[in-house]
Amino acid sequence: MNESNGRSPYPLLNNRRTRIDLMKTLIAIIFTAILSLVLGRFLPWWSIAIAAFAISLFFQQSGISAFLAGFLGIFGAWGFYAFWIDRANESILSQRVAGLLPLDGNAILLILLTGVIGGIVGGMAALSANLLVRPKGKGRDYENYYRRKFEIR
Amino acid sequence: MRIVPFLISTLITLGLIFVLDNPIGEKVPMALGSFLSPQHGFWQNAEPVNHDFNDTLAIPQLKGKVEIYLDDRLVPHIFAENDEDLYAAQGYIHAKFRYFQMDLQTRAAAGRVSEIAGPAAVEFDRSQRRLGMVYAAERALEEMEKDPLTKRVYDAYTRGVNAYVTSLKPEEWPVEYKLLNIAPEPWSNLRTALLLKMMAKMLTGGTERDLGYTNARAIFTPEEFSRLYQIVPDSLRPIVPKGTPFAPPAVKPVIPASADTLYFNSRKTVAFQETDRPNPNNGSNNWVVAGSKTKSGAPILSNDPHLELSLPSIWYELQLTDPTGSTYGVSLPGSPYVIIGFNDHIAWGITNAQRDVKDYYEIRFKDHKKDAYWYKGEWTPTQLRIEEIKVKGAAPVVDTVAYTVFGPVMYESSFPNGTTQHENLAVRWTAHDPSNEGLTFYKLNRAKNYREYVEAISHFTCPGQNFVFASKTGDIAIWQQGRFPARWPKQGLFVMPGTDDSYRWQGFIPQNENPHILNPSRGFLQSANQRPVDDTYPYFIPGFYITPRGISIEQKLEKMSQIGVEDMQKLLSDYDNVTGRALQPLFLKFTEQASLSEDAKRFRELLKNWDGQSGPDSRGQTVYQVWMDSLKTTVWNDELARITPQAPAPDEQVLTELLLKDTASVFYDDVTTPKREGIRDVLAIALEKAVPTLLEAEKNGRLEWAKYKNPSIFHLLKNSVPSFARRGLPVGGYGNIINAVTVSHGPSWRMIVHLTEETEAYGVYPAGQSGNPGSPYYDNFIDSWVRGEMYKLLVMKPGDVTHERIKWKITLSPAE
Repeated sequence: MNESNGRSPYPLLNNRRTRIDLMKTLIAIIFTAILSLVLGRFLPWWSIAIAAFAISLFFQQSGISAFLAGFLGIFGAWGFYAFWIDRANESILSQRVAGLLPLDGNAILLILLTGVIGGIVGGMAALSANLLVRPKGKGRDYENYYRRKFEIR
Repeated sequence: MRIVPFLISTLITLGLIFVLDNPIGEKVPMALGSFLSPQHGFWQNAEPVNHDFNDTLAIPQLKGKVEIYLDDRLVPHIFAENDEDLYAAQGYIHAKFRYFQMDLQTRAAAGRVSEIAGPAAVEFDRSQRRLGMVYAAERALEEMEKDPLTKRVYDAYTRGVNAYVTSLKPEEWPVEYKLLNIAPEPWSNLRTALLLKMMAKMLTGGTERDLGYTNARAIFTPEEFSRLYQIVPDSLRPIVPKGTPFAPPAVKPVIPASADTLYFNSRKTVAFQETDRPNPNNGSNNWVVAGSKTKSGAPILSNDPHLELSLPSIWYELQLTDPTGSTYGVSLPGSPYVIIGFNDHIAWGITNAQRDVKDYYEIRFKDHKKDAYWYKGEWTPTQLRIEEIKVKGAAPVVDTVAYTVFGPVMYESSFPNGTTQHENLAVRWTAHDPSNEGLTFYKLNRAKNYREYVEAISHFTCPGQNFVFASKTGDIAIWQQGRFPARWPKQGLFVMPGTDDSYRWQGFIPQNENPHILNPSRGFLQSANQRPVDDTYPYFIPGFYITPRGISIEQKLEKMSQIGVEDMQKLLSDYDNVTGRALQPLFLKFTEQASLSEDAKRFRELLKNWDGQSGPDSRGQTVYQVWMDSLKTTVWNDELARITPQAPAPDEQVLTELLLKDTASVFYDDVTTPKREGIRDVLAIALEKAVPTLLEAEKNGRLEWAKYKNPSIFHLLKNSVPSFARRGLPVGGYGNIINAVTVSHGPSWRMIVHLTEETEAYGVYPAGQSGNPGSPYYDNFIDSWVRGEMYKLLVMKPGDVTHERIKWKITLSPAE
């Protein structure tokens, strides 16, 4: 996004608002991932939902973006953590465990499953928080909500 | 804020969490959410392949410092300043690498599997309780704790185990707990006693056939019976060499006056079949050669206990050193001490004695309350033990077990279910008698010579074992050790009347009359689960003996001289099928003119070209074994099936000797046909019956012996975790062959100890030191074991800390 002429070859990204939203989502993803790993040290596995929920409270975004931020945050945290463990373990355990689940002993599929299961919980929790803080009103241009407010004032 | 969508979304989220937080399956009831969480679930058990085992820990009540060095095979070498610390450290290290195994095995021994597996395991749990497993462990514990030394050691061991177990956070629990969705339970001295009773049941729980023999008595005449069961085979090579004189018996049991009518000639049958019989192949080989037969002039001792092969293994290898000396060998996770091994002075090995030490008595209860039974002419109160079995996902099952003067009433109308008859059978079993087997190993670990070895093993009651011995001073010896009842002839073969004391055991064979021999002139000794003595031994000693391996070992050792370690190693993985070689010409001769099907002819041809070896690629061995199995059923089943439950099949050796010596036996006749069948007929019929099995194997490309029998080593949770197993191992052998690998049973530890000045020892077992399926040390010995290779054992000396094979160090120090 930061080419020398300030223009992206992808037209969509030339829209400043879209770029801001993407940045926001990206930051939400990173924060969700970090917070989930911190909480996970002290709380049970479902603390990923708390992490995704809490982070989502602070980001004004569309429902889809919120879900994606929660999903990708936890998918990333769980997926990468699992991948990192698996590499150090040379897939000894993941292949055995993948043999217990209908994954045909495939370690990669097990890592993906790990990420997806965590991701769905994270996504749903983030979406819930988003619905809690998102301003009410059907069809409201929530992306420009504050700007409009400002202009009116 | 959008209340309704928010509530819906939140409910979905919570629902999702609920589903993922609860068990998903019946067999492996893990909760998927926590199981998959990389911070909580199984990923935490995926040990980095280059894991650093170095550690420093504080253990409560330790007296001094303990140093544990782990070598490149993850074998710990423990150095402690006193015996108490030594066994605390052993407990710690057992728990660290094997806790799930210890926990599961002793829960099972106590009849508590239903708590984990649900209603399917209730019958198993009931059988454990009714056999009095917990009762036996409690009695043993009482006896153990009477001895201050034993109590000190077991307390220390339990402390060490629990220091580890209580330090664990749930994410650090072994992966099996996560799979089963259960929590570890702390260790106790009682659980060590339960483990010893588990071994007693494994090794003596099936060496009797009382219920089956009682039914056999109803269909065979006494003469027939004595030709079929409990014979002393002519081909027997006993543990105590033939011709060794025995002193007259000190105990002379008297046959009860009523025995002719109530016992020998009774036709009374029983409706029960024994439940949960241990594997009949539980056995072992051990042998020792004196310096006169070795290249070096020093004795060489060898041992391979044949047990269920599992992941993790029943054995855990280690070296224990305290100021009294150093012991190396294999231990049982759940118990202190080295069980099979060597120290600076001696080496020892064990095999199962196979003796019958369990009898049944028929009890007459006063009424259904079972609180009184008829004994010596009056109603005598029983002791009722209420057993509450907790069942996962169902209401607890309450079972009442009546204890009599003989022991617990195991079988009655309420067990097993569905029985219509009403015999009540009490079990008399030496494992119920108070004993302290652990003391044997405390002393044996420190024994310096023959005298101390004999004293050490004298504490060993049940399960009876053959302790083979060699010392650096050149002695070789073997004792069949245990507390064995002195029986009158045929006592305890059948269910006995329990209405008075006339059929009770009248005494035990005195310790010094147990079969034993020291330094025989022939310069070697062997035991392989055969009858320990020939028929000149002055006591009646029924048992579940296995003859062929002893013949094979003795034939080979006799011929050998200038023996080296490599010869012993070859013998341990020997594939020679002595029974098969003896029968092969006979099978061929008597089917020469038979009108066989084309397929049968083809398989017969394979047998003709067989070299008598049971190697993994042998097709002749497959044909022989399938034909032989078919022959056993063809010869015996018509007779045995005349009663329900069916009478037990005679031992393989009975059929072998019958075929070799009596080609016109009446037993070949199929009693269900009008025709009189002879040896030619049964052999041909057996072959034709074997053809479909062999064709099926051939069609699937599995006619080679290893492919046919498919040797596999399963995880303790068996078929619940098939991917934790190692299957299709290319290894030959069979239960009647020295290399006794059946399907998932066989040499569970192979050891050779050369008692030269600097002990030279080798060992291997088919698993790995770590019980963790996520560790590279889970199954890393299996391939070497399959190839018949052995590791040179590193006997570490206190100053040896920089040895190149030492990789890590764990230091234990007293907790504040």
